[in-house]
Amino acid sequence: MTQVVKAQRHPRDRLLRSERLPHIWCPGCGIGIVMAAYADAIEASGIPPEKHVCISGIGCTGRVSGYMHLDSFHTTHGRAIAFATGLSLVRPDLEVTVISGDGDICTIGGNHLIHAARRNVDINVIMVNNFNYGMTGGQHGGTTPLGAKTYTSPYGNFENPFNIPYLVAAAGASFVARWTTLHVRQLINAIKRMMSVEGFAFIEVISPCPPTFGEFNNFPEALDMMEYFRKHSVVDHNADLSKIDIRLQGEPLVVGNFVDRRRPSYQELIQETIRRASGRGEGI
Amino acid sequence: MSSGLPRPGVHFMMGNFACVEAAILAGCRFFAGYPITPSSEIFERACVRFPQVGGIAVEMEDEMASVAALIGASYAGAKAMTATSGPGFSLMMENIGLAFIMEAPIVIVNVQRAGPSTGIPTLIGQGDVMQARWGSHGDLETVVYAPSSVQEFFDLTIRAFNTAERLRTPVIVLADQLVGLMWEKVVIPPAEEIEIVERKVMDPRLLSTRLPFDYSADVNPMPIVGTGCRVNIDSLTHDERGYPTTSQEVSDRMLRYLLGKIRNHARELWMYKEFMTDDAEVVVVAYGSTARSALNAVKQARSRGIKAGLLQLITIWPFPSDVIERLSQRVNVLVVPEINFGQLVHPVREHAKCPVIEVNWAPGSLIEPNVIVDAVEVAAA
Repeated sequence: MTQVVKAQRHPRDRLLRSERLPHIWCPGCGIGIVMAAYADAIEASGIPPEKHVCISGIGCTGRVSGYMHLDSFHTTHGRAIAFATGLSLVRPDLEVTVISGDGDICTIGGNHLIHAARRNVDINVIMVNNFNYGMTGGQHGGTTPLGAKTYTSPYGNFENPFNIPYLVAAAGASFVARWTTLHVRQLINAIKRMMSVEGFAFIEVISPCPPTFGEFNNFPEALDMMEYFRKHSVVDHNADLSKIDIRLQGEPLVVGNFVDRRRPSYQELIQETIRRASGRGEGI
Repeated sequence: MSSGLPRPGVHFMMGNFACVEAAILAGCRFFAGYPITPSSEIFERACVRFPQVGGIAVEMEDEMASVAALIGASYAGAKAMTATSGPGFSLMMENIGLAFIMEAPIVIVNVQRAGPSTGIPTLIGQGDVMQARWGSHGDLETVVYAPSSVQEFFDLTIRAFNTAERLRTPVIVLADQLVGLMWEKVVIPPAEEIEIVERKVMDPRLLSTRLPFDYSADVNPMPIVGTGCRVNIDSLTHDERGYPTTSQEVSDRMLRYLLGKIRNHARELWMYKEFMTDDAEVVVVAYGSTARSALNAVKQARSRGIKAGLLQLITIWPFPSDVIERLSQRVNVLVVPEINFGQLVHPVREHAKCPVIEVNWAPGSLIEPNVIVDAVEVAAA
C-alpha cells in the first residue's frame, strides 16, 4: 500500500519566496532546474543569503530573481549586467549573480555582455539558453539555430546563431562553462565555483522549452530535449571553443568548464586606482 | 594628505567642472558615463576627482548601461550620477523609467545641444525640455532644474541630489551648452554650510511588521543591498510587497503613490526668481541660458519706458503652475523665449490668465536680447 507523504517544507524554502509559488513556467521548462541549482550552490557556497544579490532582466528566466528570497532586482530588458556592474562596484563584498535568458543576455543585452566580459567585472552570469523568446510566445533570437522554426522564422531561421562560450571567452572572462539542465550536479558545482572566481564568471545552461521552441523543432514533449541532451552531450573541459556551436542536428553537444583562469577583475583594478589617486591634489 | 574636497571660496570655473565639485560636496561617489559633447568635461573631471575622494567614475558601453549602473549603485547605497547630451539623453529614457518605478535616487545632467538626432553637438539648444518630462514611456513624473549660470549649475547640482534622496526618484539637471562650457565666478561655501539630505534607509527588522512599499506612505525608506532586507525590487508594476501584479486596483495605487511623491511636494520643489515684476505689464518667462538674454532685454525695455519684468523659472518640472497663474493675473502679456520651436510655452499657455507670446530661436546660438526686446515692444503695444 502506498503512503502519500505531504512535504510541508522544502529544504530550499529559506532561499525561495514560497508564497509566490507556483511559478509561471510551463510544464517541461528547464528554468526551475537552474533556479534550484542556483539555490543549492548558494547553500554550498558558505556565503550567507543576505550577502547574495540576484539580478535579472526580462523574459521567462528573468522571473528567477522574483522567486529568490534574496536582495533581488527585476530590471529592464537586456540591462541586468550593466545594473549588476554598478551595484557590484559599490559593494564588491557581495556575491552578485545575474540570471536571465539568452535573448536578454546575448541579443538585446549582447553589448553589455561582451563589455562586462572584457572588463572582467567580478559578477556571475547564468544565461539559460532555450533558443527562443519564450515569454513573448516563441520568436527567434541570437541563439536560435540556423534553420529552426519559430513564429518569426516560419520558413526556417536564416540567421547564424552566436557560439556564446567562444564569444565570452574571447572577450576576456575569467570563467566560462556550458551545461544542460540534464547535468544538474555539474551545474551546481559550476555555479558554486563561479561564486569563488575573481572576475567575470559565465555559464550557458541549455534548456528545453517544449511549448514555444520544441513544438516546431522536434522536441514537443517535456522529455524530448532532455533525451537529446542525454544522447548527444559530450563533456570536454578542454574543448576547442571555436568548434562548439549548437545546431541541434545530432552533432556533439559539447559541455564542460571550459575556462577557469586568474585575471585581475574590474573591481580590483578600480580599487587600485582609488588607492593611487586618493588624497592626491589639493581638491581645487 | 588632502581630503580632496573643493576649497571653499571664490573660484573661476567652467560650468561642467562646477557641476562635478558640487556633486562631490553633495556626497556623490559614483559616476557612470559615456562621452558626449558638450558634457564630456563633467565625465572627464569626475574621472580625475572622484578617485581622489574615494569615489568611482567609470565609462560604460552606452547610456542605457550608464543609467542601469547608477540604479545598481544607488541600491548599493551610493549617491550616483551621470552626464550626457541629447542623443545620450534619448538612450537614457528607458532606465530613467526604471529609476522612477524602482524609486532609485539618481541624478542625470543633460548639457543640451542643438537640433534633433545628432544635430550640432557643439552649439546650444533647449530642445529637450519636453523629453525631460515626457520622454520615458508610461506615466511618470520627473523633477527638472534648469541653471542659467555657473553658480546656479553648482547650486542646483547639490539641490538635485537632495531632492533625489528625499523623494527617492531620478532628478534631472537640464543645463545647456552655454552654461556647461562657460567659465564664470562661482562661490563654493564651506562644507558645513551646505545642506545635504540623506535618504531614509529601510531597517530590515521593521520588515516583519511593515511592507517595503507602503502606498499610503509619503516616501518609503529604501532597502539597501547587503543589509538583510532581501526585498524584491521590480520593473514590473508591483504590489506593496514588491511582487509583480496585474491587479488594476494595485496598479492604480502604485502609480498614484509614485506620482504623488512629486505632485504632493511640487510647491516645495518650485524654484524661481523674479526681476522687476512688481509693477510689470509685460513679463518675460525664461529658463536656462535664455534667462541671461531675457534679463538684458528687460533692462533695455525698461530704458525705453516699457514696464517689463522677468520671471526666471529654475524648476521647470513639475511645472510651477501656480506661479504662472498668480503672475498672469496682474500683467498684460507673458513673453516666452526659448532656444527651441516652442516647448515650455505650452504649460505656460495652459496656466496663464493673459495672452502669451512665444519667441522661438534655435539656430544653435543664444537668443540675442534685441530679439526678445522686439517681442516685448510688440507685447506692450
